Amino acid sequence: MSTLDQDRATVLSRIRIALGVTGADGAREAAVADRLRRHPRGTIPARGLQSAEAGIALLEAMLASQGAEVTRARTPEVAVRAIADTLRVHELPLRLRMGNDPLLHALPWDAALELEWRFGAAEAEDRAALSRAVAAAAETGSLFLVSGGDNPTTLAFLPETHIILIRAGDIVGCYEEAFDRLRTAFGVGTLPRAVTMISGPSRTADIEQIIVRGAHGPKRLHVVVLG
Amino acid sequence: MSRMSGGSDDASPQSFKEGASRALADAKLQRALLNVKRGFIAKRALAKSKLPEFDQLRDEGRAIKDHTLAHLDLYLEAYERKVIGCGGSVHFAPSAADARDIVLRLCQDAGAHLVTKGKSMVSEEIGLNPHLEAAGVEVAETDLGEHIIQIRGEGPSHIIAPVIHLNKEDIAEDFARAHRGLPQGRSLATVQDLVAEARAVLREKFLGADVGITGANLLIAETGSSVIVTNEGNGDLTQTLPRMHIVIASIEKIVPTLEDACTILRLLARSGTGQEITTYTTFATGPARAGDSDGPRQYHVVLLDNGRSEMLGSEFRDMLRCIRCGACLNHCPVYGAIGGHAYGSLYPGPMGAVLTPALAGIDHARDLPSASSFCGRCEEVCPMAIPLPSLMRKWRERDFERGDPPLAQRLALKLWAFAAKRPRLYHGLGGVVAPLLARLAGAQGRFRSLPFAGAWTGTRDLPAPEGKTFHELYREKTRSGMR
Repeated sequence: MSTLDQDRATVLSRIRIALGVTGADGAREAAVADRLRRHPRGTIPARGLQSAEAGIALLEAMLASQGAEVTRARTPEVAVRAIADTLRVHELPLRLRMGNDPLLHALPWDAALELEWRFGAAEAEDRAALSRAVAAAAETGSLFLVSGGDNPTTLAFLPETHIILIRAGDIVGCYEEAFDRLRTAFGVGTLPRAVTMISGPSRTADIEQIIVRGAHGPKRLHVVVLG
Repeated sequence: MSRMSGGSDDASPQSFKEGASRALADAKLQRALLNVKRGFIAKRALAKSKLPEFDQLRDEGRAIKDHTLAHLDLYLEAYERKVIGCGGSVHFAPSAADARDIVLRLCQDAGAHLVTKGKSMVSEEIGLNPHLEAAGVEVAETDLGEHIIQIRGEGPSHIIAPVIHLNKEDIAEDFARAHRGLPQGRSLATVQDLVAEARAVLREKFLGADVGITGANLLIAETGSSVIVTNEGNGDLTQTLPRMHIVIASIEKIVPTLEDACTILRLLARSGTGQEITTYTTFATGPARAGDSDGPRQYHVVLLDNGRSEMLGSEFRDMLRCIRCGACLNHCPVYGAIGGHAYGSLYPGPMGAVLTPALAGIDHARDLPSASSFCGRCEEVCPMAIPLPSLMRKWRERDFERGDPPLAQRLALKLWAFAAKRPRLYHGLGGVVAPLLARLAGAQGRFRSLPFAGAWTGTRDLPAPEGKTFHELYREKTRSGMR
């Protein structure tokens, strides 16, 4: 056995001795396999079980209380204007970084011709980026972003300003519903390389418990709810 | 210390009493500690009040952990299969030294000159930074609090708020000294100034790092994911930008499914910082996939035992439910009075008093299980319902049974036990001693000093008995009809 295998065997056998079990026990194996297959839900807080429209209102309220700016855009044109306005209001260059997300690319960008684009993963000098969240959980105002060429993870962390677009129909009540959507999209028992729940702009309270925004990630998070 | 090292090496846990005295006399520390009360306690109470299901979730969280611990071997194997299946590697580390060596070897294989780190108590526990630095690898802590203690050369004083013992003026001095190449006389007066400077300094490190090391708040067997919760975003930059991501986590961090993770996440931030949820909660699963334009090319997980499997088979198994939220520290009157460093152990407060003797051996932590007023608030606020006071008592019993408490303590307890087992003798002695003490104490009814009790009477008076024993008073009252 290599050292690696030996270390593995050492830890597992110590655990089995402590538990007074062997590695091959049908009932224990069945209990574990069953739980992994059924992945039963625990208690879902009542606030995460509301109607769609109440869920959207809760998401917006939670995000606002956690320091994000939120715009409700009934049409794609309004969403595009809201994205451009975010840069303008904060006196940023009218330049945005984004990935290959088809939904974002299909937005009517003619409504904001002044915007200049960069595509791909974020770079150090990028000031603002746009991502799409695949789902959001109203219960704590948490947007679910998944890694990949469509929405590179660095977009959410390197630039000072991050804009996230979420379709109203992708807002669900609780975390469990969001994960069920990911299971449908990416398969059961697997996840994309990174799933990031974002619930506000970057912050720290390490010094004297005083909250300061923009610790290492974005100082500003703007969420556009489309639909 | 045998198994624990890192920030706790220089301050022996034996010096708890000295550390506590120093802490109580330290005016700057006392000012900083007010922030614990002002911040965490009120915020947790508010967050809990906004979630009516909190207590039910707490019961479920406890059940999840108990189930997982009872099947720990099988969940670790299931988790390992998933990590390998998505292109990552799992390394089992029986001891702290094994874990250090594995991480160093991985860094060397990656040709690493600069390593960035997210906040990780396990990495402190194994003494990772000095080990990497001794081999010529530069280590940059990126959590703001961890960055501050790294430049100060000290350990964290709180498991989720490493610099709760400092005021902004202390930190301004550290930055002025340690951040070279910046203009002299720049303003570091506000917390905003300090955060902005740390952001700029650490941004360079993020962009230049070869390897990123993070801990894990949870590991998920269903998907092979490691979960980190942060507010700053430093953990995500650490695990996204470098070409290798190393996760270092202890074996009890595992939960079965995403649903189980959801239940625990609902408890974690609310109990710790009092937030509904932290700003970022990231599930990392393996290295970058085909078509990804960012993310690490290699993903390794180091699973640390270091005494935990032994706890699993002992009366301290409940402690393995701990999710490191810090609520027991925040609500502990002893922690609130002296801060974390006085404990002389990496893990302070009630959770540290139970965990440290298990990891380092009771020889190295004898004072800790007694460093408590046993008020029980820690157990009350623990989101995993760990019976911390009774676990501390078990350590005290074990320590006493080993038979080497101080001679005076043993003799006194033996004498007391001898009398207590003989009611007539006990009452007889009580009837003599109580009036005697009352007479000696005089009109004031208290002692300013007493032989063998200088530690008590040094800071306060000892109230004296009023002259009659409880039994005498009870008899008198029942006779006169007052019950």
